[in-house]
Amino acid sequence: MSLIDSVPPLIGGALIGLASTLLLLVHGRIAGISSICGGVLSPGTADWLWRFAFIVGLVLTGFIAFQQMPEAFEYGVDRSYGAVAAAGLLVGIGTTIGSGCTSGHGVCGISRMSKRSVLATMTFMATGAIAAFVVNQLLGGAV
Amino acid sequence: MSRLIAAALIGAIFGLGLVISGMTLPAKVIGFLDFAGDWDPALGFVMVGAIGVHMSTRWLVLRRDGPVMGDAFPAGLPTQIDRRLLIGAALFGLGWGLAGYCPGPAIVSVGVGGAKAWLFVGTMILGMALSRARS
Repeated sequence: MSLIDSVPPLIGGALIGLASTLLLLVHGRIAGISSICGGVLSPGTADWLWRFAFIVGLVLTGFIAFQQMPEAFEYGVDRSYGAVAAAGLLVGIGTTIGSGCTSGHGVCGISRMSKRSVLATMTFMATGAIAAFVVNQLLGGAV
Repeated sequence: MSRLIAAALIGAIFGLGLVISGMTLPAKVIGFLDFAGDWDPALGFVMVGAIGVHMSTRWLVLRRDGPVMGDAFPAGLPTQIDRRLLIGAALFGLGWGLAGYCPGPAIVSVGVGGAKAWLFVGTMILGMALSRARS
């Protein structure tokens, strides 16, 4: 990796941090994507509508960005449909019982120096590394 | 209505950040998590940028009496470290490292990332619904 490779992640990350601050400023809410997504599953609550609108913003951005840079959405690794389906289930169950994901714990939680979120982030980074190690180093990069 | 438009715009900024940073590339995410392999540290800078900006601006927001279009700032956020937190985070990480998607990038990719993004978001929502129903 050269120095220039760190620029897009830094800029993208800054936008994520900015959006998290804006959601706090405007709506008074924490930008945890798994909680926002899970909350959309409970229609009728006070937070349902803005959560739904936030998700619409995410999906529409995907459509627009894809027109400009389709290469930003390449899957790029050898994973079967079964593995992808299992991974989705693990992420859905894990973020629900663990109350957060990379955004809620990793960005917002760490930014307010929550010990709980720091530990959660260390945990999912560690098991993410284990999964990547097992698939790439022990199973030859395909599963 | 303005509250909803604001939420969609903030979601769009968030989504743009995910796309620009490379988080919608599962191969890059897995390359970042694979410390033992050909480690690609680039995505670590997403955390640096996001935490740097959010940490340095959130305290300014919290000096206000309340949010612009909401009732109150979050209060009484959970602080307990228990088995649910750690088991949940562990399961989430396994899924993240297996498919290379976490919730945000998967949702941004859902319309354009092909069948695997669809499938991932579908089973992720199923997992959320199942575990919400149980608790």
